[in-house]
Amino acid sequence: MSGPSTYEPKTGIEKWLDTRLPIIRFGADLMDFPTPKNLNYWWTFGGILAACLAIQIVTGIVLAMHYVANTQMAFASVERIMRDVDFGWLIRNIHANGASMFFLAVYIHMFRGMYYGSYKNPREVIWILGVVIYFLMMATAFMGYVLPWGQMSFHGSAVITNLIGAIPLVGEPVKTYLMGGPAIGDATLNRFFSLHYLLPFVIAGIVVLHIWALHVPGNNNPTGVSVKDVKKDTVPFHPYYTVKDGFAIIVFLILFALFVFYFPNSLGHADNSIEANPLQTPAHIVPEWYLLPFYAILRAITFDIGPIPAKVLGVFAMFGSILILFVLPWLDTSKVRSMRYRPFARSIFVVFVFASVGLGFCGANDPDKLVFKTQADQLALTYNNTNGQPQREVFDDYAAAKAKLERLPATAGGAIEVQAVGFKWLWLSQILGAYYFLYFLVLLPLLGVIEKPKPRPASIADSVRKKHGSAPAAAVAAE
Amino acid sequence: MSEHGSKAATATGDHAGETRRDFIHIAAATVTAGGVAAVAWPFIQQLAPAADTRALSAAEVDVSKVPLGSEIRVLIGGQPFFIRHRTPAEIASAEAGDTAQLRDPATDDSRLVKGLDGNLNRAILVTSGTCTHLGCVPVGPAQGSVGEFGGWYCPCHGSHYDTSGRIRKGPAPKNLAIPKYEYTTATMIKISL
Repeated sequence: MSGPSTYEPKTGIEKWLDTRLPIIRFGADLMDFPTPKNLNYWWTFGGILAACLAIQIVTGIVLAMHYVANTQMAFASVERIMRDVDFGWLIRNIHANGASMFFLAVYIHMFRGMYYGSYKNPREVIWILGVVIYFLMMATAFMGYVLPWGQMSFHGSAVITNLIGAIPLVGEPVKTYLMGGPAIGDATLNRFFSLHYLLPFVIAGIVVLHIWALHVPGNNNPTGVSVKDVKKDTVPFHPYYTVKDGFAIIVFLILFALFVFYFPNSLGHADNSIEANPLQTPAHIVPEWYLLPFYAILRAITFDIGPIPAKVLGVFAMFGSILILFVLPWLDTSKVRSMRYRPFARSIFVVFVFASVGLGFCGANDPDKLVFKTQADQLALTYNNTNGQPQREVFDDYAAAKAKLERLPATAGGAIEVQAVGFKWLWLSQILGAYYFLYFLVLLPLLGVIEKPKPRPASIADSVRKKHGSAPAAAVAAE
Repeated sequence: MSEHGSKAATATGDHAGETRRDFIHIAAATVTAGGVAAVAWPFIQQLAPAADTRALSAAEVDVSKVPLGSEIRVLIGGQPFFIRHRTPAEIASAEAGDTAQLRDPATDDSRLVKGLDGNLNRAILVTSGTCTHLGCVPVGPAQGSVGEFGGWYCPCHGSHYDTSGRIRKGPAPKNLAIPKYEYTTATMIKISL
């Protein structure tokens, strides 16, 4: 999409360098890149994500100067960073909250891509590279969360490695290779530290490919209509989008700073301020918020299907919910990119966003607790009958229950309890999880065939003109 | 859009060529520079010795435990220091050196610290254990070599120090430094970095 280079070296040094390493030309062409003139603020999250990655790498390199990857010393070294290292508290808070900010931005970036059909022909490779980045981000974040060696670090990593162990055939050996011992220990901590340092640079490399792939077809845009006339439909990236992205980054950094300076621990868990104790698992173990939807999908599978036990099925569903993103460009059969012109797709997408966020809430809550009550609490008597089968009987008044309890033999282990009745979080996560897969596997493929899209603008310039209600001549100067 | 800016500014006539856009550019660049500096500062300052490191920057030593004619070596925050118990002959040799041709002139008295009684304890000499040439640790009586002047000898590049720790021969430019220290009792000294 980018035309011939318009860069002309002016000074002697620039000319000399241009014939040897045309790096200035490379930068100038990037800045000159023709970008659709109608990009909205959802498009600024690419720049925001680049800033997030840079922040994580810079703060991470600093933290690695003070951190000790040893199970005896890791927790204390993190406390030392917080208390003794000059500005260590600031740099660690930026890094820890930076992970959350990074995921917040990446989710918005992904939802934007899904809404405007940015994954569709000819941008499939950009999307796939993006999913690879997202996957690596999750791996990096998970391993980074283990490093402070708190209770959540330790037991969270135990759960995740056991998840991998549940994969048939390859699971057990992979799990052993991951841990490097019979349990999470020094070997695990050291390799996680090494990989946690490595992966961000791998991510940076794939980001380069992501941007390279982007610069072949050029940006998608809110109308989804391809650029037809570079002169009328696009503006140079600089200064138009450097300034727009810059402004968005500043606004984003204000939110970021709010967390770092005022709520630095609000996104973490109090349990991680307790040093890891392999003999005691915290009562309520949950991953970081950005992994909660997948955790909910994992826990939603409580039933066996044929010979596949629930545990394996849950792991498949969880990994499947991420892997399915790779084939999204081929699951969506509609030729129309932007959901602006797909009324039905637009509604199911909104439901999809709510389902995804809802799954996050499901992941944060105990699956057996209730979302809401459907009736008054019940008085129930539970006991084992003469065959040893557990029984449950509901009573209206306490005296009757008490009388029945006294008639039971001591071996029945009877007990009276008050039980709340209502809609369980488990059921909600099953419904939302089902919708998650339904969206990708049924609704999107089907809609492309049966949906009648609304008329689209003839060109980007046309849509801008219409939006601002101005005559074609004036529209050129409007941006 | 640039036309709007230039029109507004050039209308006054006094500031021909200066536009509101120039002002915005300068203001934005200034704020950016300020922001970069404010962010850079903590990232540079974190390299400084941390609070726990700074807290370990002093140590007390009982000088009465140093054998006559020998020395003990202590590390404070990783830096070596020599505490030498000098014989009367070594003290005399050090004082004789006061009038010699010295590269870094200093009297022996100026290299000692007064005890609680207000008198110099000439038997005890406290110096840094770092050669002023390139930072090796000189050998002394305990290592079997005291150099040509009876004090210390640096094996790296052959600097000779006398019994007052003054440089007498070799490439080192300065005397062995005298650390900041004080007598806390008649026999205890506290050395600070």
